[in-house]
This record gives sequence, C-alpha cells and structure tokens, in this order.
Amino acid sequence: MAEAAVDQTATPVAEASGLGKIYRRGAEEIHALREISVAFAPGAFSCVLGPSGAGKSTLLNLLGVMDVPTAGTLRVAGATIAEGGRLRLSEGGRDKLRRENIGFIFTEFFLLPTLTAVENVQLPLLWADKDDRAYAAELLERVGLGHRLTHRPTEMSGGEMQRVAIARALINRPRLLLADEPTGNVDTTTRDGIFDLFRELNADGLTIVLATHDRELAARMDRVVHVREGRVVEETA
Amino acid sequence: MTTPILEARDVWRSYQRGAETIHALAGMSLTVQPGEMVGIVGRSGSGKTTFLNQVGCLDTPTKGTITLCGTDVTGMPEKELVAFRRDHIGFIFQLFYLIPTLTAVENVELPMIFARERDRRARAREALARVGLSEIHALPHQLNGGDMQRVAIARALVRKPRLLLADEPTGRLEHGARVAIMEIFRGLRAEGLGIILVTHDPTLAAETDRIIELRDGRIVDERKAG
Ligand SMILES: Nc1ncnc2c1ncn2[C@@H]1O[C@H](COP(=O)(O)OP(=O)(O)OP(=O)(O)O)[C@@H](O)[C@H]1O
Ligand SMILES: Nc1ncnc2c1ncn2[C@@H]1O[C@H](COP(=O)(O)OP(=O)(O)OP(=O)(O)O)[C@@H](O)[C@H]1O
Ligand SMILES: [Mg+2]
Ligand SMILES: [Mg+2]
Repeated sequence: MAEAAVDQTATPVAEASGLGKIYRRGAEEIHALREISVAFAPGAFSCVLGPSGAGKSTLLNLLGVMDVPTAGTLRVAGATIAEGGRLRLSEGGRDKLRRENIGFIFTEFFLLPTLTAVENVQLPLLWADKDDRAYAAELLERVGLGHRLTHRPTEMSGGEMQRVAIARALINRPRLLLADEPTGNVDTTTRDGIFDLFRELNADGLTIVLATHDRELAARMDRVVHVREGRVVEETA
Repeated sequence: MTTPILEARDVWRSYQRGAETIHALAGMSLTVQPGEMVGIVGRSGSGKTTFLNQVGCLDTPTKGTITLCGTDVTGMPEKELVAFRRDHIGFIFQLFYLIPTLTAVENVELPMIFARERDRRARAREALARVGLSEIHALPHQLNGGDMQRVAIARALVRKPRLLLADEPTGRLEHGARVAIMEIFRGLRAEGLGIILVTHDPTLAAETDRIIELRDGRIVDERKAG
C-alpha cells in the first residue's frame, strides 16, 4: 500500500555511495562503515537492520548530517555533503540543512522535564525564532496526544513521551525522518502503536529510515537494508 | 538577617492509588540559605525527587507552604508560577536531557528563548566557559557524559537562578567527571547560590554543608557533612 507512493526514479531524499566512516581514538582506528552504497527514495519507509555494533547509528548520524563521513559521497535533501571523501558543505551549512530537513527520533526521548508537551514540541522552531504553537498542538493531535498538550513528561508513560518526541521531530516539516531504535525503551504493545504511527506518517508521504536490531519489527517493513560490520550485506524489498 | 532562598514548611504530597493514599512527602520542612549546599539522601522511593519537584514548582503540594526568595509560591497561578520558576530555579538531572540535534551552545540558549531574551549566543558562551566546556559547537552525541552534564549545568545557570536543584547529577558519570562537576558546584556555592543536591554518591555528599536523610517522605536524620 505504502509502496505505491514510492517513485524509485525520483531523486532520492538521501543517497550514499562508497560511504565510509572511521572513528579515531588515539592511535586506534575503528571502521564503523565501509563502502556503503544505498539510496532512499521519496516516500519510502526503509529499515536498517543489524546486530549491535553493525554501524546503524553511525549510518543514521551521517544521513541526518549529525556527523560527517571519512570516505565516499553523500547527498541529503538535494545538498552534497561530501564527494569522494571530501567535505562539500561547511559546518554552518550542515547545521542549516539538518535543521530544515531532518527529523530525528532516538531510543531516549530527550524531553525537557520542566516543559509541557506542547513546549517540548515547539522547541526546535523557537530556536529558529519562529513560533508556531498551533502547529505544535496539531502535531500532538496527530500523534494521539491532543488532550495532553500542557502535561509535563513526568506525567506521561514511555509510549506517550515517545509520541511527543515524534511530534517534535516533525515540527520542521522534515523531508527525512530518521528513527534510531525508537522502540527500544517501550513494551511490545506500545512498540506496535508507535510503529503504526510511523506507517500512517509514511502513508502521508513522509520518507522514513528506521534502524533497529528487532527482526520482528523489520519483517513488517517494505524494504530492509541489512548491515553487518559496517557493510550492507543484503537488501530485501 | 538575609532572606533564605528556600523555606519549605510542613510540605505534604499525597497520591491516591485506588483506595490507598500514598504520602510521598509527609511533613517535609527545610530552609536553605544563600551560599548553602544541602545534600539529600534516602532510599529509592523515599520522596527525594518528589521534594525537588515541589520546591522547583513542577508540582503542587497537597499541604504546606513553599517560600522562595521571600515569595510564597503556594497557590500562585500557574502562569505566574512558571515565570517565577524560570527566573529563580535551575534544574540538573541525571539524564542531562539535551536536545540531540542542537549543538552545545544552542542547547544552552534554550531557556533564554522561552524567556524571550537577547544576547543569547554571548550569554550561552559565557555560561559554557564558566563550566569549562570549549567544544561549544559539538552535538551532544560527540561529547562524553561529563561534558554533556557540563552543558546541562550551563543551561541551568544561564539565566542566573538563585537556587539550583540537582537530582543525581553524577549518577551516570565516572569518577573524574564527578570531581569536575563537584568543583563547579563549589564555585557556585561561593557565589551565593543555594544548592540542593540529591545524591547516592558519598564523595559528593561529603562536600555538602549538611545532609538530610529522607524516609517515607520525612526527615529522619540531619548531620554535618564530612
Ligand atoms: N563516537 C565513536 N567513537 C569511536 N567509535 C565509535 C563511536 N561511535 C560508534 N563507534 C563504533 O563504531 C561501530 C558502529 O557503532 P554504531 O553505534 O553505529 O552501531 P549500531 O549498529 O548502532 O549498534 P547498536 O545496535 O548497539 O546501537 C562500533 O564498533 C562502535 O564501537
Ligand atoms: N505521579 C505519581 N503517582 C503516584 N505515586 C507517585 C508519583 N510520583 C511518585 N510517587 C510515589 O512517591 C514516592 C516517592 O517517589 P520519589 O520519586 O520522590 O522517590 P525518590 O526518593 O526520588 O526515589 P529514587 O531514588 O528511586 O529516585 C514513591 O512511593 C513513588 O512511587
Ligand atoms: Mg545504535
Ligand atoms: Mg528520584
């Protein structure tokens, strides 16, 4: 159903070729990603699946322009971040690109305990000197929390907090939503509810990449990119 | 005599769980003077976080009064209370709560955004310098735990609060980082801030001026630290 919306010939929202990432810790080199070539078409809902340490978070951090590659080419939201291992976008340019185009969700919710749900959702916009409380409220409505606008995180369950975090990730109307193990902290019923929400958002046209080591979750997705030891070992659609 | 930063008098916080009433706080009283650092210890569930939430105006006591810097905040309308909290209180938590997609300096700017203040970048830089963080453009995931907590402390300090509430601030940190964080707290105390520090860490507790121990929402022991 969601697959029908994906146009594989359209310019990908994110595209990597020969992408590599080496972390250096003193003299030690950790090859977190090697020769990754993968593309994410607009409207696709993709899973990055792999065991712990495979490089899933590293890949999502690069796609989300939270970090930069040490090899290869990376294009995100129409901008070239690196080409042939050389950076093409300044730190300021990357910050702007990320802020305007990317939504991020993590296992931890990172909600500020001193703020209400709607304030937490507004945060990224306020930072840019914009204020759209009405849209923040609309997004909370969208994730099923329209009745909890002024509640603080301490008054919410884990699943509700993650929904607030999802609403916050959507406040900049992102072209790409990245979810790194988003259901790692919640029980399976809550997990399924959050997964259904991702499906709905995708059906509305949002491009989503979800990283997980949960095979059961991956089995429900249209496309799975299997990562192991920093390489793409298989792609299933 | 100076005005105390905090005077909590006979504070109760009760929850209804089915037919049962749970008294998370059962008559807590505490006074904190400027330049005083008070440690709170006690078993899990003894009411430590609940107490900080009352003092920090994040929750409303079932009974009792809380006076901050001479102002009785009990019964203050919600809007005023939020403004009062933002002007007077800084919070630090075990889990930092930094926004992962914003840089260190941007995270520190957040409280000023809500207060609609100017010179945000300059003041955020100043606060980060104060806690000794030089990588101000790093994203949280690029920092180690100790440096993430420095950012969180800078964020708590940037609007110059009078009272700092810290709930297990070093719970996730290794020894070196704990010592560094304690050093920052010492400096703040010397500047006249009131600090309430909930901690299980004996080295941290030993640095406070006095330690109170909670059990079942009450003070069962109070002693000089060290
Ligand atoms: N900041 C860093 N510095 C050094 N090494 C790192 C850093 N981040 C990740 N690594 C290493 O890179 C490799 C890939 O890590 P990554 O976090 O991407 O894996 P993952 O697939 O997300 O694992 P998990 O399922 O446990 O989250 C690992 O060997 C990890 O130790
Ligand atoms: N929202 C709530 N609803 C019902 N009971 C609550 C609520 N918040 C706290 N309690 C109860 O109040 C008591 C005190 O909890 P509190 O979180 O203050 O303890 P704590 O001393 O901070 O413990 P810890 O060391 O585990 O953080 C506990 O019995 C807890 O179950
Ligand atoms: Mg990971
Ligand atoms: Mg607690």
